[in-house]
Amino acid sequence: MENLVEIKDVSFAYEVRPVLKGINLTVPRGKVVSIMGLSGCGKTTLLRLIGGSLKPTRGEVRVAGQATHELDREGLYALRRKMGMLFQFGALFTDMSAFDNVAFQMREHTDLPESMIRDLVLMKLDAVGLRGAQHMMPSELSGGMARRVALARAVALDPMLIMYDEPFAGLDPISLSVIGDLIRHLNDALGATSIVVTHDVQESLKIVDYVYFMSEGVVVTHGTPDDIRKSDAPFVHQFVWGEMDGPVPFHYPGTGLARALGVPHA
Amino acid sequence: MLDRATGALRRLGRQCIGAIWRLGYASRFFAAVLMRSGTSFRRFRLVIKEIYFAGVLSLIIIIVSGLFVGMVLGLQGYETLQRYGSAEAVGTLVALSLTRELGPVVAALLFASRAGSAMTAEIGLMKATEQISAMEMMAVDPIARVVGPRFWGGLISMPLLAAMFSAVGVFGGYLIAVVLIGVDAGAFWSQMQASVDLRNDIVNGVIKSVVFGVTVTAIALFEGYDAPPTAEGVSRATTRTVVTSSLAILGLDFVLTAFMFRGA
Repeated sequence: MENLVEIKDVSFAYEVRPVLKGINLTVPRGKVVSIMGLSGCGKTTLLRLIGGSLKPTRGEVRVAGQATHELDREGLYALRRKMGMLFQFGALFTDMSAFDNVAFQMREHTDLPESMIRDLVLMKLDAVGLRGAQHMMPSELSGGMARRVALARAVALDPMLIMYDEPFAGLDPISLSVIGDLIRHLNDALGATSIVVTHDVQESLKIVDYVYFMSEGVVVTHGTPDDIRKSDAPFVHQFVWGEMDGPVPFHYPGTGLARALGVPHA
Repeated sequence: MLDRATGALRRLGRQCIGAIWRLGYASRFFAAVLMRSGTSFRRFRLVIKEIYFAGVLSLIIIIVSGLFVGMVLGLQGYETLQRYGSAEAVGTLVALSLTRELGPVVAALLFASRAGSAMTAEIGLMKATEQISAMEMMAVDPIARVVGPRFWGGLISMPLLAAMFSAVGVFGGYLIAVVLIGVDAGAFWSQMQASVDLRNDIVNGVIKSVVFGVTVTAIALFEGYDAPPTAEGVSRATTRTVVTSSLAILGLDFVLTAFMFRGA
């Protein structure tokens, strides 16, 4: 199967602090792939490298055969027109209604008449169940509704690649399930490819085809959701089953408690 | 002792290098705004929207302040001029003070506090809530789509606000000098008309207000775009906009005045 995204031996550092250390990862066309790991392990950085917002310090990121770090601004923008991204808290434009947020890209990138844009926007909003909220401003939407409007905006131009940055963060169980279902169904209905960056294990294992597990800037394991559930790798086991102690210790390293409290000869 | 001195020298050097780097970065940002202004002209309604936010919504503060400044000039001017028996020249004093100096300068200071700080806070918050990143990921250039229209909106608004400030200020001076104190209305207006020169006073005032408009808007937009994406970062950037703009206005006013009126 052809890969839409190929990440080869990618390293990245913010100034001198290394974040990614030699990552290899592929995302086949039509699949929903999840990248999981603890907060700060480099998941979002990886997403920004795929979107071309950052350039790798070593290695290459290829999207649809194009190395993102070799593209100039026009080339990158041309590639991004085929991408959609859902940000962690939606990142809706606060001075525009839900309708205008979804219509934004259509108005910026196409010459479609307003009547057609209206129909398309209503169809996108209907797909996420929010046609009735078209006139509401972002400040009037709940967290889950804002995420759904942002999802409708991300798929406004029927992208080939949809990226999700922590789509489940801070949602109630119903909204969480709705967003999960939408990610899967929109991917299949649009014939797109999706990358979901998350640390919500149970919800994402229900909807994805393949999982990459990251820790401290490297891929520690990868496989299908079943492989991950059955994995006996200590880090994966602790992460999937939410165990308090394990390879990721409960206590942040420091001096002993007795010493910190000044207890003599403890 | 020597260590202290070298430490202080090193800190000073680091601050100087930092300031020069930031100035260079701001210049590149300003150049990028100018080069990517095509969107602003092709879709002028984006600029009109910003003229409304930066200009129309600043009208109240400009009109009220202009009125009071004109009234104070009327009072102070009459008080001084009547000692020399030339109370009728109060119209001249009010008009020249406003068109040459107070109109552009005070309107620019008010513009920086009201519209400049709002621009910085808005763009800073857009950055903090990832709206700028979202726009970039949608292949829409935020400098062309967000910054450009605000720059041109501010640039167009500022001279209009300064003109409004001066006009209302002259009316304020008239209210005090003619209506309240009883200076002859004919003398008030005719002396003003005879002594205010279009080229030396009005046009120079307009040039000042355009320069201040560019300065305040560019500083406000740069500070917002460069703000760290946190509540503290946006708050500091907003403060910096007001402080830097105010100092720049007063400094530039001296330089411009020195060039404009040296032979007048």
